[in-house]
Amino acid sequence: MKKRNIFVLIVLLIALTLTLAACGNSGKTKDSGGKKAEKSGEDADYKAAMVTDVGGIDDKSFNQSSWEGLQAWGKEHGYSKGNGFDYAQSTNESDYMPNLNRLVRDDYNLIFGIGFNLKNDIEEVAKQFPDTEFAIVDDVVEQPNVVSINFKEQEGSFLVGVAAAKKTKTNKVGFVGGVESPLIQKFESGFVAGVKSVNPDIKVDVQYAASFAAPDKGKIIASNMYNDGVDVIYHSSGGTGNGVFNQAKDIKQNDPDRDVWVIGVDRDQHEEGQVGDHNVTLTSMVKRVDIAVQDVANKAMEGKHLGGETLEFGLKDEGISVAMTNKEAMTDDIVKAVEEWKEKILNGDVKVPKTRDEVKEYEKSL
Amino acid sequence: MIDILNSVIPTALFFSAPLIFTALGGVFSERSGVVNIGLEGLMVMGAFVGVVFNLTFADVFGAWTPWISVLVAAIIGGIFSIIHAVASVSFRAEQVVSGVAINFLALGIGVFLTKQWYDKGQTDMVSQPFSSTNIPVLSHIPVIGKMFFQGVYTSSYVAIILAFVAWYVLYKTSFGLRLRAVGEHPMAADTNGINVTKMRYTAVIISGVLGGIGGSVFALTIAANFSATTIVGQGFMSLAAVIFGKWHPLGAMGAALFFGFAQSLSIVSAGIPYLSNVPQVILLIAPYVLTILALAGFIGRAEAPKANGVPYIKGSR
Repeated sequence: MKKRNIFVLIVLLIALTLTLAACGNSGKTKDSGGKKAEKSGEDADYKAAMVTDVGGIDDKSFNQSSWEGLQAWGKEHGYSKGNGFDYAQSTNESDYMPNLNRLVRDDYNLIFGIGFNLKNDIEEVAKQFPDTEFAIVDDVVEQPNVVSINFKEQEGSFLVGVAAAKKTKTNKVGFVGGVESPLIQKFESGFVAGVKSVNPDIKVDVQYAASFAAPDKGKIIASNMYNDGVDVIYHSSGGTGNGVFNQAKDIKQNDPDRDVWVIGVDRDQHEEGQVGDHNVTLTSMVKRVDIAVQDVANKAMEGKHLGGETLEFGLKDEGISVAMTNKEAMTDDIVKAVEEWKEKILNGDVKVPKTRDEVKEYEKSL
Repeated sequence: MIDILNSVIPTALFFSAPLIFTALGGVFSERSGVVNIGLEGLMVMGAFVGVVFNLTFADVFGAWTPWISVLVAAIIGGIFSIIHAVASVSFRAEQVVSGVAINFLALGIGVFLTKQWYDKGQTDMVSQPFSSTNIPVLSHIPVIGKMFFQGVYTSSYVAIILAFVAWYVLYKTSFGLRLRAVGEHPMAADTNGINVTKMRYTAVIISGVLGGIGGSVFALTIAANFSATTIVGQGFMSLAAVIFGKWHPLGAMGAALFFGFAQSLSIVSAGIPYLSNVPQVILLIAPYVLTILALAGFIGRAEAPKANGVPYIKGSR
């Protein structure tokens, strides 16, 4: 008898925890839902919303960036959160579907799915509701009412590769990837091509951690690379990259004269590189999901039919950029080289490879 | 060869340290007869408290911040583990279920409070993490010095020393004898006047303290911030180390070091001539495959304490 009581107690505890955890995120959404009921239909004639990945709108990465884009779009048209635009937070993968359905029922005209994890759910919902427009970030869904938003990560990676090649003194640079996939290979290929364009003799050490959430592996890889004489590491590995930063900062802390650098990804990771008076973040490959989201929302609002299209944002549309925050590390010489190559990419002189095979061909053409 | 060891050993040491602390906690708890699946949750708690304390008090304590953070994480970890003790010892709940609840609860609390206090999904990076040092005198020893004592984290050596302390406590003191007796045959222990409940409570709280230390050491040496994905599986790896190490403190330490070594080797191997042709996936899974093989044959049967997982009911046979 007693045992059963305990079981009940534990189940309650678990339920409580989950509810608490969920409250932190969805509480806000609910509030705005209330407001929306009062005002909806009055002044917002075109409404857009987004469903986050499990990262949430404050993940310092693409979810946050997308939300900033949507907010900017709302501001542009005088909307407020819950009235014209909104987001739905997903705390785990089973939330995608209910969130998408809820937003469709709330009559949003355009719904963004942030991240390739939502691919299957967007595809399914798009089939069920052909009158609503959807958008997926970082993947391709082939449906007449889904617009696929992709980025030319290889272009930005190419430019940070140029910066790395200019910065290295040992002629050895490193690349740390998360999970090996065509998407991350775009980063890798662009980076390798950028490095080789400056100096074909520079060795690029490429390693994958097989996870986007393993700072311990990131740290081991970085430690090993720096021991091997690598002095610039470009990471494209989400949370795993924390370990890379950590190792670089540790080396810098013990020996401030040693040159070790990390190149950040997705957004400007300048803050992560701060150690005392030094900063190990050389630059970052910034993916402006916000610009893309704002752009797509505006075009869709104007009535342009984007469904079924795959949009690629690159240097040209400012969907990709290179951070120049670390003025001390990014010397004039480096900035000049980056600008030069940027020019070459923009006017089509250089076609940046996005797969390993293309890199091989590109190297031959140098 | 020496070059390879020079890069493998220091990384293996910092990778293993959190696992050693937590595994020792597991040894204490399981030796007293309480299964502790909740190690993962205790580590989450430790990582959370360690990071929050570090962020808040970095200006006050300066260079001592990481050590004090670990201490605070240990205390909170100990308090938090009382939940598991109450459920599984006093109320005789199924210990696996209670442990799983601890895992859920810790992650829930951590993520929820991060959200409340910092209004974001993850904390900032701590400004005072542990940093590696050269150990004076010892680091000048030729060959071995560079391998073991240069650019290492003090916490790694604290972990190893603690494993010996744990061995001494468990096998050379009367407290340890009582603790083990309670885990092997609680009724016999009870008959001899040992308070079974008290012993088990103590053991679970010790495991909470060590789990808290393990989690905070992980956060302050490796991840540097706290989010829902800071601790993913390290607690379960520690649990595997407990079993791999046959519920013996030194065995658990050895197993944890082995995990670290294998993990580090899998990454360094890309530069080793005859290993570089092996697909990386195989090297990445090697530690786990080796564990299974070792458990299946090499080290013989891993025998758990007899009364592990069985609640003690006074007067029953």
